[in-house]
Amino acid sequence: MRKTSGPDFSALRAGLDGQTGPRFWRSLEELAETDEFTHYLHREFPEAASEWADPTGRRNFLRLMGASLALAGVGVTAPGCDVYNDPPEKILPYVRQPENIVLGKALHYATAVSLGGVGTGVVAETHEGRPTMLEGNPKHPDSLGAIDALTQASLLGLYDPDRSQVVAKARAISTYDSFLGATLGVMDAQRAKKGAGLRLLTPSITSPTLARQIRALLAEFPDAKWHQYEPAAPHAARAGLKLAFGRDVSVRHRVRNANVILALDADFLANGVGRLADARGYGIRRDPGPDKNGMNRLYAVEPTLTVTGSSADHRLPLKAADVLPFALTLARKLGVSGLPEPPASTAVAAQARFIEALAKDLQAHKGKSLVLVGANQPPYVHALGAAINHALGNDGPDGTVEYAEPIEAEPVDHFASLADLCKAMAAGKVDVLFVLGGNPAYTAPADVAFAESVKKVPFKVHLGLYEDETAALCDWHVAEAHELEAWGDVRGRDGTVTIQQPLIAPLYGGVSAIELISGVLGHPGREGYETVRETWRDKTPKGQDFETFWRTSIHDGVVAGTAAAVVKVEPKADLGPVPAVETGEGFELVFRPDPTVWDGRYTNNGWLQELPKPVTKLTWDNAAFMSLATAERLGAVDGDVFEVAYKGRKVEAPVMVLPGHAEGSITVHFGYGRSRTGRVGSGTGFNAFALWTSDAPGFGPGASVRKTGATVRLASTQEHRNVDWNLPGNTAKERGIVRVATQAEYREHPDFAHHGEHGHEPKKGDTLYNADFPPPTPGSEPDYQWGMVINLSACTGCEACVLACQAENNIPVVGKAQVLNSREMHWLEIDRYYEGDPANPSVHHQPRLCMHCEKAPCEVVCPVAATAHDHEGLNVMIYNRCVGTRYCSNNCPYKVRHFNFLQFADLRTPSLALVNNPDVTVRTRGVMEKCTYCTQRISQARYAAEIKGGRIADGDLVTACQSACPTRAIVFGDIADESTAVAKLKADERNYGMLAELNTRPRTSYLAKLRNPNPEIETQTEPTHHGV
Amino acid sequence: MAQVFHPSMNTFARVTIFGAVFFAVGLLGVVYAVFRSPYMTGQYVAVDQPIQFSHEHHVNALGLDCRYCHTSVETSSFAGIPPTETCMTCHSQIWRDSAMLAPVRESLAKNEPIRWNRVHDVPDYAYFNHSIHVAKGVGCASCHGRVDQMPLIWKDQPLTMEWCLGCHREPEKHLRPREEIFNMKWAAASEREQLELGRKLVEKNHVPVHRLSDCSTCHR
Repeated sequence: MRKTSGPDFSALRAGLDGQTGPRFWRSLEELAETDEFTHYLHREFPEAASEWADPTGRRNFLRLMGASLALAGVGVTAPGCDVYNDPPEKILPYVRQPENIVLGKALHYATAVSLGGVGTGVVAETHEGRPTMLEGNPKHPDSLGAIDALTQASLLGLYDPDRSQVVAKARAISTYDSFLGATLGVMDAQRAKKGAGLRLLTPSITSPTLARQIRALLAEFPDAKWHQYEPAAPHAARAGLKLAFGRDVSVRHRVRNANVILALDADFLANGVGRLADARGYGIRRDPGPDKNGMNRLYAVEPTLTVTGSSADHRLPLKAADVLPFALTLARKLGVSGLPEPPASTAVAAQARFIEALAKDLQAHKGKSLVLVGANQPPYVHALGAAINHALGNDGPDGTVEYAEPIEAEPVDHFASLADLCKAMAAGKVDVLFVLGGNPAYTAPADVAFAESVKKVPFKVHLGLYEDETAALCDWHVAEAHELEAWGDVRGRDGTVTIQQPLIAPLYGGVSAIELISGVLGHPGREGYETVRETWRDKTPKGQDFETFWRTSIHDGVVAGTAAAVVKVEPKADLGPVPAVETGEGFELVFRPDPTVWDGRYTNNGWLQELPKPVTKLTWDNAAFMSLATAERLGAVDGDVFEVAYKGRKVEAPVMVLPGHAEGSITVHFGYGRSRTGRVGSGTGFNAFALWTSDAPGFGPGASVRKTGATVRLASTQEHRNVDWNLPGNTAKERGIVRVATQAEYREHPDFAHHGEHGHEPKKGDTLYNADFPPPTPGSEPDYQWGMVINLSACTGCEACVLACQAENNIPVVGKAQVLNSREMHWLEIDRYYEGDPANPSVHHQPRLCMHCEKAPCEVVCPVAATAHDHEGLNVMIYNRCVGTRYCSNNCPYKVRHFNFLQFADLRTPSLALVNNPDVTVRTRGVMEKCTYCTQRISQARYAAEIKGGRIADGDLVTACQSACPTRAIVFGDIADESTAVAKLKADERNYGMLAELNTRPRTSYLAKLRNPNPEIETQTEPTHHGV
Repeated sequence: MAQVFHPSMNTFARVTIFGAVFFAVGLLGVVYAVFRSPYMTGQYVAVDQPIQFSHEHHVNALGLDCRYCHTSVETSSFAGIPPTETCMTCHSQIWRDSAMLAPVRESLAKNEPIRWNRVHDVPDYAYFNHSIHVAKGVGCASCHGRVDQMPLIWKDQPLTMEWCLGCHREPEKHLRPREEIFNMKWAAASEREQLELGRKLVEKNHVPVHRLSDCSTCHR
């Protein structure tokens, strides 16, 4: 047996020491060159990839074959067997043709999907009444046409067969009518008490309709109380801004205006409210511009390596507790008055030079800089951030930050609100409790005894998408309608309202919170539609009739003029005393919502479970992330299970080493370890909520860890399908797979991306294949020549494109066991390369998909011509021809082909068949597949253009990945037409092809990455381009 | 020892050895012919339907345009099967009590669709689009045959990939003027005339013949 342990630390050090200059590495195993990694690298397919599914060993082969043959025999003799025709089909036309529906043509509807109460505008594609794809709504200020992975994947949640489908009384099936009957009786009793025993518990609410209804309910029951609890929301930001300004405000960033950005533990590019708009602003400014001096500069100070940190020009790993002294030191340096001495911190003191340079940089860009503070930091740091932004003049007109009226219907301290409720419940003061959404029994902090105290409530109702932990504690559980099934409204970050329209009738007969409250208020039959319209009827702008206003608002996906009013506020001069920084023995424990399953609401979502988490590339699990040095101290390697003890509570968690993690700090993510969830989420990860306390919601000191001796296999995709070979002369750096330079170097060497590649990539005249493109056929118009450019400077590695590709192209979910076998099917993967010191490496993200080589190595080896070239440069895959030899994958230098080792696509679950895109073949077992450049979209665009008699215009056709990308790093189009955006990028001097020296002529190419480090901090100037 | 086999057995052996080869090839030929025959492709078999709807009567005798019922043929991949309401535009007035039309009335009354049996079914991995074919000048009759002569619909063409490619490789043999698309009776006067017209139409309608046999034209 090969050794299966992690890296040998001394080998690792030697591996690094032996290097001169920067070197790329993908994982610590690679850096240390363990046997395991080398073995792995030299295999074309992962081990056991040629075997059958785990339970079915080779021994079962004959038995199964016998069975299949017997079945085949039955098939042959069965009547009606017909090689040309599918089984006889029925055609069922409508009885009355609905307006607008043309069978075979997709319809698009604007709506919004919320996370933590804040909506992201989406445009949903529906086929014959079933939504199959969510894309961003360009008119929505929070989307601007882009979409993130979580929002997209909510679509799969709609069809989840494990969703709750009934009204249940004490977990026995009941009906909505009997629920309403029981409720009305209880409510009558409450009316007599003015609702003194009535409590409502909701997540964050921005919906004007829900707010109106709840206020009506509270008016009818004046002594009733409304509690709110949302586990992962920017609570500290709300409190911090209140501390700074003395009132509740919401904040908006105009990242586009910022020349210098400082992210204080803020993962603003991928997490939290306004992430898409902020990422767009950031992405636009990663362009050097004509004078090669236009890039912004991003500094990140954070404990955990996040998307933002990995994109930063300068990243400083600091323990979360050290961010406060860091911010305070910086604020004092920037001349923010009235601030006390920062608490002593050796880590911050060691960074004097960094802080000095940072302060100077911020000073130099007054009014055009931006300080962002993450939700994990205590309110004081948020107040400091506001004070620094004010001192730098960033909150002025044309500045980078703006404050407005809060968007929440009722901004409150959620932890206090939940604690109040629990206290009242424990004291027996609550007779009736409505839990409208959310899963507090699972998400409540460990020091708030929700689960125990709720048992004392005599009548408790849970409205939720799943029969989850909370449903199990409640007397009544009512199946909730999914957001895509019900009428509603929701605000975006700037307060802009989207009226949510249902795209499909409730699949499982659920009701929305709006409908449930209507029922409780005595209008049981009232539909959400009526209630939402009622809200907006008297908000119709003057001079417009309601119907026009209503239809326009729904059509556009935004209600014009609903943005929250900007408020002019100045931070208080005195922010009060610095909160005592808790110190303690042991490790600092950092709590974060999971990048994919969030607070557990997406635990049962296969797309998100299998989506490699940004940076860590972990799937199907959470882990205790720690730095290499910490792991070394603990003798831990990836997958070692440790008992983490914190404030008297314990969980067992597998360790994963995360280069760049702050020393002495451990990060855990919420959302896993659910006790009641569906088939997908069961048995995944550990429950970090079990350690979490409301007094330290971001992080806390004093955790201790103990090795249990057990191990868990973590399904991380970071080493799957490596393009580079870790051999001398063949690393990612030496092969020029990722090419990086600083903006300053770029000014001096505009062609840096091509340094050192002389003699590698054959010039066009040097080979037999001279023509740029296949020669145009006489008498016909020139063909489109499709190509793609990915701008590595703008890519943040957020994985939105990966999920977009999955949703668009019916890519199956394979499960953890198969991911461990490297069989995940994502056509588009994001490679993550580290560079330099494992304590604080630079990170490079590189999306990798089919390169559509003009001279494709895969095509020449296919014995059945199942992969071929078309006239427009697409390397096409013909599934019905493929016999599964896998030769093509063997010969692909880019490792972008994916084989259906088993029947991965779910053909049995009826509700999951509905999510499939009807324009894309659902693949069966034994078939190879890969990126098609969204050939179905090309076809649709072609039909539309040619029926009108024209050609596809640049911009009329976007691929799914391109459409999703928040930073617009992906550009696709006709590269033969010089006027297109993609052709202009292809002509850019930074454009290069991956492994182009193989003369594959890749159609997908990259714009070499530019960084914009501060010369005062980074003295090293050696560019890491090819061949140096 | 005496000869076991008579010398004439040599000839017999030669004949059987070579004969086996011819037999094998011949057998393959027979298999090929059977698989390409209407018996296997299901051509010319009138498919039983819940309502004995006669295209012959509606198209030929009454002169209804194809698009009266197949409304989306010019805009969508799917030509469209008329909703019950479309039938009832006329049949609420005429033949109101016909027993033959009872299922139509029932469908409207019960709000339940009529369950037609599909006649033309291409495999799910082939993506056929009606609208682009109509736009480029492929007539209905080219693939569906003389529907105006079919009391009950049958499949007129084999709908095999070979058959699709026949036209994709040489569309000039089949294209017709835009205004004759829905005309069941149209035919060029002669093969030569068709070729002449077809070549003109290929150019006029921008038919990219060279890329019509690309895999990606039909498969995704």
